[in-house]
Formats: sequence, structure tokens, C-alpha cells
Amino acid sequence: MNTPKKSRRLGLYLLIGVYFGIVLSKSEAVSWFRMQEMFRFQAIHMYGMIGGAIVVGLIAVQIIKRTRAKDLDGADIHIPPKDLGSGTRYWLGGTLFGIGWALIGACPGPMFALIGNGIYVMIAGLFAAVIGTWTYGALRPYLPH
Amino acid sequence: MWDFISQPWPWYVSGPLIGLVVPMLLLAGGKQFGVSENLRHICAAALPTRVSFFQYDWRAGIWNLTLVAGVLVGGFIAATFLSSGLPIALSAATVADLQALGVNEFEGLAPDGLFSMEGLLSLRGFLIIVGGGFLVGFGSRYAGGCTSGHAISGLSDLQLPSLIAVIGFFAGGLLATFFILPLIL
Repeated sequence: MNTPKKSRRLGLYLLIGVYFGIVLSKSEAVSWFRMQEMFRFQAIHMYGMIGGAIVVGLIAVQIIKRTRAKDLDGADIHIPPKDLGSGTRYWLGGTLFGIGWALIGACPGPMFALIGNGIYVMIAGLFAAVIGTWTYGALRPYLPH
Repeated sequence: MWDFISQPWPWYVSGPLIGLVVPMLLLAGGKQFGVSENLRHICAAALPTRVSFFQYDWRAGIWNLTLVAGVLVGGFIAATFLSSGLPIALSAATVADLQALGVNEFEGLAPDGLFSMEGLLSLRGFLIIVGGGFLVGFGSRYAGGCTSGHAISGLSDLQLPSLIAVIGFFAGGLLATFFILPLIL
């Protein structure tokens, strides 16, 4: 993992982030209104988008796995499987996340994009999300996973 | 071409473009797409704490923090140079439902009465922004990922834990939309 000789390619990650931020904004996936429309099942927009992203991601991951593609440093690409455990963390954590997602109308990626879009009050939302993450870290030993 | 770019992008264009972020990151450096991981890195980097969950070298996540800095810049570029300024073509049913809940402004990306300094200082705005933000941060780390990590990246790799998490995301979203939001608004 920590090979100091590897280039960090931060410029490339910055560009990928800019690309993601533009697509999120132009698709209106950063809109509280669009999230309400999705959770009320009143338009295909968000479902088509997430579904389209998954289909393209799925095909790309399959191609990468089957061709044993290497990354830019020539290293093998390994996607570690997630540990299911009892599954509690996924449905319970997922449900808590979903409640927050519908209230604030943004998941973490769109939070950053919204600040860029001039919705500066999202800085408070992001700060609250950091505190939420910290609270999880502090309570982690006591929570069922 | 410019007309197409400045309009809102349809889902069948934007969805696949977002899906491409998954192979871009894998090919760039074997990285997994997951935005909420950064919230943990921010805690580890910025909040002095003895909590063991934050005792790790967050510098390994600098690539991801750089990526979200880019997302912020991308949002700025989209809003400043690529925007048509048109209101969102929201479904009429959604407009009617939200009006019934007392939401009457449909300009911009979010209702201004809630998502403004003034809104933040009201009880309902505070619950929506700070309460919602808190749960997004708490829940995403508890579930081990958010929409990017589980719904897009995890489902792209057909991981069962991600499917369970995504079902949870929607269960929670429906709960909030139909039971909690009407109480707050």
C-alpha cells in the first residue's frame, strides 16, 4: 500500500473530482427537490441515473477483472469484498443514512458540490456530517455490527 | 453543442458518466470510489481525539480528499459557467405534494427558505440541515459507505452487503419523506 516511490497523482484525482462535481451538478443530483421526487417515486430521473451509473460501473468492473487490467503504476487492481458479518451495520446504518439523505436532500458527494454551487449553508450540513462520523467512531464499540 | 451542455443533462447521459468514475479510480491507482470515507479522514486529521477509530494514517486518503476538493470546484464551474439558469423540471406531482407540506419556492437546487442562513437558524431548517447532515455522517460510516461507496461502487461489484445497505438507504429515505418530513415542515 505505502510505496513512497509511487506517484500520488493528486492532479489526476483533482480532475476526476472536478468531472464528478460537474456531472452531479448538471444532472441535478445535488437537488433537494430531485431527492423528494425520487423518494415519492414521481419521476424516473434519479432512478435512471443511479441505475445507469451502476450498469456502466458493472460492465467496467467486469472488463477490468477479466482482462486483469493494471493501474497506471502497473499494479494489480484488487477490489476487496466487504465483510457481511451479521449484516446489522448495513441495514441499520443504511436506514439511518437514508433518513439523513432524505432530510438534507444530499449525500456526501453532493454536499461538496452544493458548496461549490453557492449553497454555503451546506458547510453547516457538512460540519454536522463530520460530527456524525465522529460520534459513530466514539460509539462504535457499543453498536451492533 | 453549447446548448446541450448548458441545459440540465438527462439521466441517460449523466448516469453513465457518473458510472465511469468507478473505472477511472480503479485504473488511476486501484482506488475505490467512496466519498463518505473523507468524513472519517477529516475527523482523523482535524479533530483531536483518542477514539481508536480515528487513530490511523489519514494521509493515505489524501487522494480522496483531493477528489472532493475537485467536486467542490466542479460544482462551482457548473454553476458559474455551465448553467442555463432554468428551474428544475420537477414532476407536477412532486410540486403538488411539497406545496401541501408548505414548500412554495421551487427556484434553484433547494428551497431557499430552508437552505439559507435564515433557514438554518429556524427550528425546521436546523433539523433538516444539521439533523440530516449528522445522520448522513453517522449512518454512512456505520454502514461502511454512502451512495457512491455502496450504491454505485459496491453494486457495480455485485457485493451483497452493499445491496443490503442500499435497501436500508431507501427504507430510511421513505421513512423520512413520508413520516418525519411532514412533522418538521
